[in-house]
Amino acid sequence: MTTWVPASAWREALTDRVAAATPPSGHPAGRVVTLFGRREGDELVVTAVIERGGVLETLRTRMPAADGYHSMTEEVPALHAFERELHEQTGVAVRGHPWLKPLRFEGGGGQAAMRTYPWYTVEGRDVHEVAVGPIHAGVIEPGSFRFMCLGERVLHLEIQLGYQHRGVEQLLRSGDSRRLTPLVETIAGDSTVANAWAHALAIEQLAGVGVSRETELSRAVLLELERVGMHLASLAGLATDIGHLQGASTYGRLRTTVINTSMRLCGSRFGRSGVRPGAPAYAFGADQRGALQSALELLGRDVPVIDDRFLSDISVQHRLGGIGVVSAARAKEIGLIGVAGRASGQDLDQRVHRADLYPNLLPEVEPGGDCLARTRVRMREIHASLGWLRAVVESRAGWPRARASIGLLAPSSMGVAVVEGFRGEVVHCMETDASGALVHYKVQDPSLQNWLGLALCVRGGAISDFPICNKSFDLSYCGQDL
Amino acid sequence: MSPVVLNLFGAAVMPWLVVGGINRTRSLWTGRRGPPILQSLYDVVRLLRKTPVYSTTTTAVFRLGPWVGLAAVLASVGLVPVLGLPPMVAFPFDFVVFAAFWGLGRAVLILGALDTGSSFEGMGAAREATFSTILEPALLLTVGALGAVTGDHTLAGALRIDPTSASAAVAWLVSVVALTVIVLAEGARLPVDDPATHLELTMVHEVMVLDHSGPELAAIQTASGLKLALGVSLLATLLSPLGRSEHEAAVVGVHLLLCGGIVVAIGTMESLIARLQFRIVPRYLMVAVIAGAIALLATTWQGAPQ
Repeated sequence: MTTWVPASAWREALTDRVAAATPPSGHPAGRVVTLFGRREGDELVVTAVIERGGVLETLRTRMPAADGYHSMTEEVPALHAFERELHEQTGVAVRGHPWLKPLRFEGGGGQAAMRTYPWYTVEGRDVHEVAVGPIHAGVIEPGSFRFMCLGERVLHLEIQLGYQHRGVEQLLRSGDSRRLTPLVETIAGDSTVANAWAHALAIEQLAGVGVSRETELSRAVLLELERVGMHLASLAGLATDIGHLQGASTYGRLRTTVINTSMRLCGSRFGRSGVRPGAPAYAFGADQRGALQSALELLGRDVPVIDDRFLSDISVQHRLGGIGVVSAARAKEIGLIGVAGRASGQDLDQRVHRADLYPNLLPEVEPGGDCLARTRVRMREIHASLGWLRAVVESRAGWPRARASIGLLAPSSMGVAVVEGFRGEVVHCMETDASGALVHYKVQDPSLQNWLGLALCVRGGAISDFPICNKSFDLSYCGQDL
Repeated sequence: MSPVVLNLFGAAVMPWLVVGGINRTRSLWTGRRGPPILQSLYDVVRLLRKTPVYSTTTTAVFRLGPWVGLAAVLASVGLVPVLGLPPMVAFPFDFVVFAAFWGLGRAVLILGALDTGSSFEGMGAAREATFSTILEPALLLTVGALGAVTGDHTLAGALRIDPTSASAAVAWLVSVVALTVIVLAEGARLPVDDPATHLELTMVHEVMVLDHSGPELAAIQTASGLKLALGVSLLATLLSPLGRSEHEAAVVGVHLLLCGGIVVAIGTMESLIARLQFRIVPRYLMVAVIAGAIALLATTWQGAPQ
């Protein structure tokens, strides 16, 4: 559903929808899933996707670019990253934003502009600064972290990203808009399936292609394998970082089983070429069902054992409990989503709205908001996803590989798709012009909203706890940098 | 063979076996084969052949530190009953000298770390200095109390306590606890430090040596392996039932068995538990101080020290 509002009513329309429910109307409070804009001549076209009770509404407006955009971050802090991005991508002045810092240094200056990042500094004789990165120990992605510390205590952490900005959205707008999937699969390697599925949904909306239940099921199987595999990788990393040897080696071993199963299904350990618009991109017959079943048997046997060992270890409980807390109120305020949101009591999981694929699925919510809660959410989601995959195997569902032809995209339309990847909701929005060509492609990784959660959760904590907090969030650098 | 030769032989061989043994135990616990036992020796040989790289901010302090540190730990070998046999040198209250040698080794490492001007290394140095303010008193308190119980005021003699009387048994028991905590912390092992971590923000010993390379890094690794081996040896001496036996072969055999047992125990402990939070570490180290204090109290039991 798309609603155009005049520029003068934009502010009111948006804040009304995200305001808490008032008794007479009975509408649940909305949540801004994404907000972005593009330049069209002298005008700025702004789009916001709002979720209310599982229904997505697209709210749009156009305004003269010269007038600038009035920030709403003061009222709705969860918008801060979207408005910074809006400013950076369109060059339109954003007024009244309390933290209008570069997100990824798009536009003029490029990499050289990174040197002039306006760091927040804390003055004081005993305050010291610790700069970590942008190049980190171990083979991980680049990002610059700057801590303001008093001894071992962190007063403030600022995270500066953008080192992996590749111009993904610009790249997606060039070329044949119906052959974008291989490119989409490389946006973030750990969320290959989530991005490919979201892209497929968006393009199917635009091309008016209806897909069968089997097609959607084929995508969901790969997505759940991706979720289990990545959650296991996160747990392995967490175990390594706290020096828990058994967890580190066992979770790593089990992850290999999962991604090898993806390879047996679609030919790629990361689920590449497993999702294509219109039809199932891989066959699921007796062989594949058998491969999945034997992997599920192994995982069903070993995962509970290591989960129990890990969680019941008193030194692990002590190391993770109470570390890096994000309260439920804070999580709601800054718009935490995905695993990090659910670990802070946020009842958000896009799969709930796909009852056709995921019957009886409930978000795995933990109230604690600490590293232990994020660990437990991952463990419970692994368990739930394995159960769901087992049900697919038992239902004896199967499908052949098929190719669908995608026709011309509808002109002047917008396709919006939200998929719950392992980290949180992945959003793809595609907009066409009057000739049916792509004029805007918006990609959003949940990391965009969640990085601030990491920065806030270490405040007042010990600097030596940061690596554990970072691992427990397990956010994407390339997903945010695009 | 003369005890001097045996002691030197033990000091030359044990560091590699202790480090290799702990790593092998960790590997076996995780279902892996693990690197060769002598891998740490191969690493040192490899490092010795490399050309060191120096940061432009460093001075001679940074370059000298590793060698002075190694020399200090080497000097402390003379006071330790490496294979359970009498040490090369022993004189009353030599344990103060022993603590001073290890303190010197630590001081030059800390100075070298500060010399780099890196915030990581500065934090590591601060942590090391903080922890050592607890560890050093614990060592002096424990060995001092044992000296008071045995009447033998040398490091080697005090550890060869005969725990048959009630007060000696109490002192012995708590000293085992204290010395275990001290050895693990000085050796930069879990639960205080994690030699396998790659996270600079959580390191203690490892982060102070981040800027060292080549032969200097070899010197640091040799010194740290030797320190751990000496610690294990001291613990084995304390545990050995043949402390004052004249039968040399039996003493050495039992001592080596005990060392092996301690190495396996450390490897097992490291495989089964996670690391402590930093704010808890001082409390954990205080266990050693309290144990030392209890050992001292035990000496007042059943009359004055002999």
